[in-house]
Amino acid sequence: MAQITYREALNQALREELDRDERVFIMGEEVGYFGGAFKVTDGLLAVYGEKRVRDTPIAELTIAGAGVGAAMGGLKPIVELMTINFGLLAMDQIVNHAAKIHYMFGGRAKVPLVIRAPQGAGHQLGAQHSQSLEAYFLHCPGLLVAIPATPADAKGLLKSCIRQDNPVIFLEHESLYGVKGDVPEGEYLTPLGQASVLREGKDITIVSYSKCVYDAVAAAEALENEGVDAEVIDLRTLNPLDTATVVESVRKTGKAMVVYEGWRTGGAGAEIAAQIYEAAFDHLDAPVERVATLDTPIPYNARLEKAALPGAADIVKVAERMV
Amino acid sequence: MALEREKHIAERALLTMTETQLLDLYRRMVLIRRFEDKVAEMYSRGKITGFCHLYAGEEAVAVGAISALYDKDYVVSTYREHGHCLAKGSSPRAVMAELFGKATGLSRGHGGSMHLFDGELRFMGGYAIVGGGLPLAAGLGLAVRYKEEPQVVCCFFGDGALPQGAFHEALNMASLWKLPVIFICENNFYGMGTLVQNAICQEELYKFAEPYKMPGVRVDGMDVLAVHAATLEAAARAREGEGPSLIEAMTYRFRGHSMSDPAEYRSKREERIWQERDPIKHLRRKLIQDGRANDARLAAIDNEVAAVIDDAVKFAEESPEPALDTLGKYVYIDADGAE
Ligand SMILES: Cc1ncc(C[n+]2csc(CCOP(=O)(O)OP(=O)(O)O)c2C)c(N)n1
Ligand SMILES: [Mg+2]
Repeated sequence: MAQITYREALNQALREELDRDERVFIMGEEVGYFGGAFKVTDGLLAVYGEKRVRDTPIAELTIAGAGVGAAMGGLKPIVELMTINFGLLAMDQIVNHAAKIHYMFGGRAKVPLVIRAPQGAGHQLGAQHSQSLEAYFLHCPGLLVAIPATPADAKGLLKSCIRQDNPVIFLEHESLYGVKGDVPEGEYLTPLGQASVLREGKDITIVSYSKCVYDAVAAAEALENEGVDAEVIDLRTLNPLDTATVVESVRKTGKAMVVYEGWRTGGAGAEIAAQIYEAAFDHLDAPVERVATLDTPIPYNARLEKAALPGAADIVKVAERMV
Repeated sequence: MALEREKHIAERALLTMTETQLLDLYRRMVLIRRFEDKVAEMYSRGKITGFCHLYAGEEAVAVGAISALYDKDYVVSTYREHGHCLAKGSSPRAVMAELFGKATGLSRGHGGSMHLFDGELRFMGGYAIVGGGLPLAAGLGLAVRYKEEPQVVCCFFGDGALPQGAFHEALNMASLWKLPVIFICENNFYGMGTLVQNAICQEELYKFAEPYKMPGVRVDGMDVLAVHAATLEAAARAREGEGPSLIEAMTYRFRGHSMSDPAEYRSKREERIWQERDPIKHLRRKLIQDGRANDARLAAIDNEVAAVIDDAVKFAEESPEPALDTLGKYVYIDADGAE
């Protein structure tokens, strides 16, 4: 198995799916000649040509909408939004169109569309460039939400998403592109809706996804030194949500914490906590805690930005209080 | 040809402007250039972080346009806004401090390079969403008309904003309601690495004025007087209640899209050709040729500016970081008006 970066893993998945299915094509701002703002599509234009790797004008609403239309027309578009912040301009096509078409037409139409977008904070890019918006999409029925943390899942999930027929929001974290990990070569699919237990433990369950998974693992290691045995779960997809794996863990540990980079209020953590309460209330020894971004826009100043975001130290502190 | 007519108007502007006015244009352009050079240096030293988009090469657009406005007129800009903000008169100290993320910065260290704001000077903000400023400009224009005030709103944006719906929606609404807005497109030929002709079906961008029933002109954006003259015309029209205008200023950014872009998609030859059209050198030559200023006078201005910038850096360096408790401070305004 090769050690490659999250970025390379995504690139590999795209190549394999472009090779595998003529209907698959990529479009987005700077995805071709520039190789993508984060270089995820680097080198693809040279191999697959402009028909299959298409640079677009800066027009997010219509980039997403054209993706919806092309999907209805029998293609399998992979749309890259340069970052999810700009994806907000495409919300109408995503929420009012992509997410509704299958249902509103009684199951007679489909939109096999993958919308990829980087998101996240940590680089002092300020309030309009640092958001984690998975909750907006999680809230909307009809959209799948994939949010890989590891290079292997980046590849495996992207391939699985491309091969199924629902519209998917595929969220990558800007801080993860350089992260390396073992990634199986060739055919490798990560099933949607299956969480992965990264670390087993009996004292507390830490549920997380995307970049925060790394903070959760680091925190679990720190907690181990204090004699606290934490279990870490990476959800990998938020819709479908693998409640079963989470509940099974909570039944064992009796304590749960959700760690995520979205805003604390109304975030994915609230939904996950609610599901834990519904399914495992009797097993809980303490309220479910959320460790998330403070409810403020992300400030530019480095120290303030760091204080706004969740980190391993915050997880340790909350865990110590809980056990 | 649109540019020819604009050239004549620019020549006229040179004749009718006082020496003080002309030297002020020169001073503001040099201020922006030296400021941006210093920002690049501070960025490479890690004093400034995040995204940082410099305005070097495009100074004639901001200075030409803003010098044609009154102090009370509004300006709206993008993430490439240091130049517009300085041209509007903001303190180089407060701008530099914002880039350093300090409490004394224009946005108290919460905004950074892309989000300067100076309400007192009616610099209404830098926005990092391409096209995001245009609807705001229409709304400011609406507020001006609503209050029956004489101001105009000057809205800067790049060529990259034209494919956005917001551009078209804002032009339509501004024209329909005859809002006092001057839309200034800084056509520097690229939006990141994408050439205008690969992004827009009509590359003569000023022609987008026509379907929205407003005047559209293309001006030499490397000639501060040409931009000034075109903006004066548009502002007069807006103040008369006749509605918005679109100005396309042909310009060039001397550096990459941002500090992390080596601009490999442009040829060295192309860059050289535009460097030769440097708007500051251009004005300098004109002033000397026409006997409106001499070398010594201009050199004195250069020196004054250098001192201002050194002072700005010193101020930014010595300023305090924002206190941690400001993190949650500006999210809402309390009922008693407290932040
Ligand atoms: C809505 C939106 N989409 C994409 C981006 C990413 N982006 C930032 S600047 C830029 C290019 C804009 O070019 P242009 O409008 O010509 O302005 P210039 O940088 O040349 O001044 C892009 C695509 C963004 N900030 N906002
Ligand atoms: Mg441009």
